Amino acid sequence: MAKQFTNSGDKDTRSGFGAGLLELGRTNTRVIGLCADLTGSLKMNDFKEAYPDRFYQVGIAEANMMGIAAGLTIGGQIPFTGTFANFATGRVYDQVRQSIAYSGKNVKICASHAGLTLGEDGATHQILEDIGLMKMLPGMTVINPCDYNQTKAATLAIAEHEGPVYLRFGRPKVANFMPENQTFEIGKAITLREGKDVTLAATGHLVWSALEAAETLAQEGIEAEVLNFHTIKPLDEEALLRSVSKTGALVSAEEHQIAGGLGESLAATLVRRQPTPQEFVGVNDSFGESGKPLELLKKYGLDADHLLQAARRAMSRKA
Amino acid sequence: MADQVHLQRLCSQVRRDIVRMVHGASSGHPGGSLGCTEFFVTLYFDLLRIDPTRFSVEDQGEDLFFLSNGHISPVFYSVLARRGYFPLRELPTFRKIDSRLQGHPTTHEGLPGVRVASGSLGQGLSVAIGAALAKKQNGDEHLVYSLHGDGELQEGQVWEAAMFAPNKGVDNIIATIDANGQQIDGPTDEVMPLRDIEQKFAAFGWDTLLIERGNDLAAVQQGLRAAQKRTGKGKPVMVIMRTEMGAGVDFMEGTHKWHGVAPNDEQLETALNQLEETLGDY
Repeated sequence: MAKQFTNSGDKDTRSGFGAGLLELGRTNTRVIGLCADLTGSLKMNDFKEAYPDRFYQVGIAEANMMGIAAGLTIGGQIPFTGTFANFATGRVYDQVRQSIAYSGKNVKICASHAGLTLGEDGATHQILEDIGLMKMLPGMTVINPCDYNQTKAATLAIAEHEGPVYLRFGRPKVANFMPENQTFEIGKAITLREGKDVTLAATGHLVWSALEAAETLAQEGIEAEVLNFHTIKPLDEEALLRSVSKTGALVSAEEHQIAGGLGESLAATLVRRQPTPQEFVGVNDSFGESGKPLELLKKYGLDADHLLQAARRAMSRKA
Repeated sequence: MADQVHLQRLCSQVRRDIVRMVHGASSGHPGGSLGCTEFFVTLYFDLLRIDPTRFSVEDQGEDLFFLSNGHISPVFYSVLARRGYFPLRELPTFRKIDSRLQGHPTTHEGLPGVRVASGSLGQGLSVAIGAALAKKQNGDEHLVYSLHGDGELQEGQVWEAAMFAPNKGVDNIIATIDANGQQIDGPTDEVMPLRDIEQKFAAFGWDTLLIERGNDLAAVQQGLRAAQKRTGKGKPVMVIMRTEMGAGVDFMEGTHKWHGVAPNDEQLETALNQLEETLGDY
């Protein structure tokens, strides 16, 4: 039973964040925007222009931005920090850990240009470890939406959630296929396509690739179930178990290191609750490099072709 | 202004608390705690407009204090307890299992009086500035105070924050540097000289002032009151407060060796003999 998804036109997820933030500016006066000299890249300009009194340009000083955000929450504000994923996590891990996570502060850490698909800037900026870093922090919610519409919805949803959140999105224009004005439920995976032969569990940009792979598999008579794990933490374990109970095989897919990513969280659940053959589509212990997004996804094994191969491997390992 | 005699008696009692807590835990940081006793007593018993009975982490519209050099938790805990934030009987649980009095202060166990975790150095100025911005957002005229070690100024984040506050007109904050010239490995002048701290902050755009005798209660009171008067004029205020590490216990004074070492039984007795029990030990 394939529910069809159509691309309404390529759009970047970061613009979904910008649109969501602008809407929050209008609907929630407690929302504050902070940016470390990447206002254009993060698509925060509209918010900045519409609500200048609630926007702080902090300059190239991400550690300070995280601390200021923590302090703002004490006055009841809901700060949204904006910078690249690399500078929102690895660069300021101790600030996020002590001043935000351990201190239980209601900061929304919004991070663009995650993964390989930022492209030509190369490995210095292509963080592939951020999901792992952030999911390890107690109390941190980790969200990686798949397209423009879902990123906008997630941006709106995290303002209503009390507690620290890491919201990860990207630079390139990608398929926009999730419904407009959807309700975003933190921690609830979405079944995009039902199937009985193999589960494709993807997050972020690779959700669309999973749908593409499922189409191809369908032509071979293989029914793949596709789950959109937009939230990595807290993990929707029940959605995973319901699906693999039916299919008996799993492929996880993400624009991240295999170590520390969504696949690892899924595997940890399965090994405890329902051991299931699993294959991992992700970056295998290496740094990225400069190139075009699609070239990089292909070279590092993160496209629909690699999902297909992984699906066949996973199915061949069924008991 | 609070009664000088009472504040002096508090200082003596807080110092007793500090050495007894650190002795009881067989670990902790007595040196910086003793050196900042006058500062904490002045702040909490004379200056801050606060109501300990209705504390919440979220700002209720009162003066706020942030301790950035969290390792001097003994003086912070003693003063918070004696100001009524939590019972004195919790002081002996310092650094022990199941205690709210963690080695470094945290909100995690819900200890009243603490609004952010600190310990990993260099983060508190940013947090304090954020809280000060929130006050401006909320139209709250109360002030934000913070304390930082001088060795802590070696952390880069401090200078990010130092650059931010004057450029954004954060003039409702009074940050204080505990300039005792000591850090774990030795004198700051040997480990990594800080040179002219006052000039540095002035160059960043702060309104600076010096408290030359940071272990003289009247001098601290006078200095912090002068600092208050300088708020609201477009610049953040930085107080450089010269103190003596270990002040009040002769064998701990002026040396980095008591930065993070607990006294043994004999040393505790010697210390307590120098500090009058004025308000009753916990």
